Amino acid sequence: MEGSMKKFDYLRPQTLEEAFSLLNQHGKKAKLIAGGTDVIVLIKQKAMMPQVLISLRGIPGLDQIRYDGALKIGAMVTHRDIEKSEVIRKEFSALTDAADVLGSIQIRNVATIGGNICTAAPSADTATPLLVLGTQVKIKSLSEERTVPIEGFFTGPGETILKKGEMVTELIIPKPLPNTGSAYSKLQRRLALDLPILGVSVLLSLDKGTVSCSDMLCTTSPISSILHTMEKDELTCKEIRIALGVAAPTPIRAVKAENLMRGKKISDELLEEVANTASVEAQPRDSIRGEAWYRKDLIRVLVKRMAMKSIERVVRPEETIFPERLW
Amino acid sequence: MKQMIKFILNGEPVELEIEPHLTLLQLLRDKLELTGTKEGCGMGECGACTVLLDGRTVNSCIFPALEVEGKKVMTIEGLTDAQGNLHPIQKAFVEYGAIQCGFCTPGMVLSAKALLDESPKPTEEEIRHGIAGNLCRCTGYLQIIQAIKAVSEQ
Repeated sequence: MEGSMKKFDYLRPQTLEEAFSLLNQHGKKAKLIAGGTDVIVLIKQKAMMPQVLISLRGIPGLDQIRYDGALKIGAMVTHRDIEKSEVIRKEFSALTDAADVLGSIQIRNVATIGGNICTAAPSADTATPLLVLGTQVKIKSLSEERTVPIEGFFTGPGETILKKGEMVTELIIPKPLPNTGSAYSKLQRRLALDLPILGVSVLLSLDKGTVSCSDMLCTTSPISSILHTMEKDELTCKEIRIALGVAAPTPIRAVKAENLMRGKKISDELLEEVANTASVEAQPRDSIRGEAWYRKDLIRVLVKRMAMKSIERVVRPEETIFPERLW
Repeated sequence: MKQMIKFILNGEPVELEIEPHLTLLQLLRDKLELTGTKEGCGMGECGACTVLLDGRTVNSCIFPALEVEGKKVMTIEGLTDAQGNLHPIQKAFVEYGAIQCGFCTPGMVLSAKALLDESPKPTEEEIRHGIAGNLCRCTGYLQIIQAIKAVSEQ
């Protein structure tokens, strides 16, 4: 409650090079700070006691969103900027879903996507969308640069593959295949300022070049009817990715479930099986927010729901504007 | 080691030397004696300490003070005009009974301002979304939503 913090020095480098040399100079005594919505809270809770904070806020170029063939999101881009980005909403919808429900507007105005993944909470809202979107994480140090798939980035609760002297500078997301939709659902007890009991993202690509629903059936009917129509049309699932948050020590892909679906004809029955498999694959634990059996049950529900929402977003892209409808 | 900081506070340039570990809330309340901004949870969860930074809401209790360098900060004290008249949002809060104990009010009013600056005619849904980061334990929010709606219709 009391707002005083253990004293620390606060350095504001103006270039990446300067930040790296400060990081190397201060070693273990130093901690990088992006938005600080996790770091400052941890310091106040005395869970972290750095002598030096190195702020990345003054470094130009890290706060840009660019779309040139691939989507490139600088590590210092805030969740609010992601939430407001039209290109992300249209093409990478699951990430908009996540940015829109993280913390509160006050938090989203400050908290960055680089910070969110580097804190590496199993519950990180942006982690599962980034997993299904096929994100590559660009990591730099003073002398080296490497790019790794986000699947290998998280190594445990609060732990990543980042080595001493390294930092994440950019997230690179490839342009999705045609007829792709993605969605994220956060199971939480309140509509804001809560951590997820469970986070589920799905990305689904359909093989048909001309998926359109200009007929009345598609514009007015529930997604379950559309699914039925798709079954009759023998529509194939070209690609599917499923990611689960708070379902294991790190955010994970449900690979077995994905393999059941990839290349197969879409049907309600198959979706059920895929969702069941994802639920079996997950290893959630009992925690204060929810018990393991409950999380498993809800994985089954939400994987199917997010798969259907992804399909709906291919068929009715305008629905992405108000993604609150439940079924 | 203390560091110099320069920024615009409620329209006026400010320059002073501060300790590097201060939060923006401590800078405002303890150094600049602007006590309109409140400390609630101190952990970024209740929104009582909300101020505007270049027009965007931030929780000042977890915002490093040194990061306001070169930026514009607006607190509740900056909302009244030169003659001391209340801002239309403040008037509406008074009129609609959107204040009880008053502790959340400075933050709530600034969240409302950021919302209305960005979207002058919000729907009720957008108002709820806009103030979701500000907890109020007295009003039940209805009067607050009515007050913001009333301002948007002026």
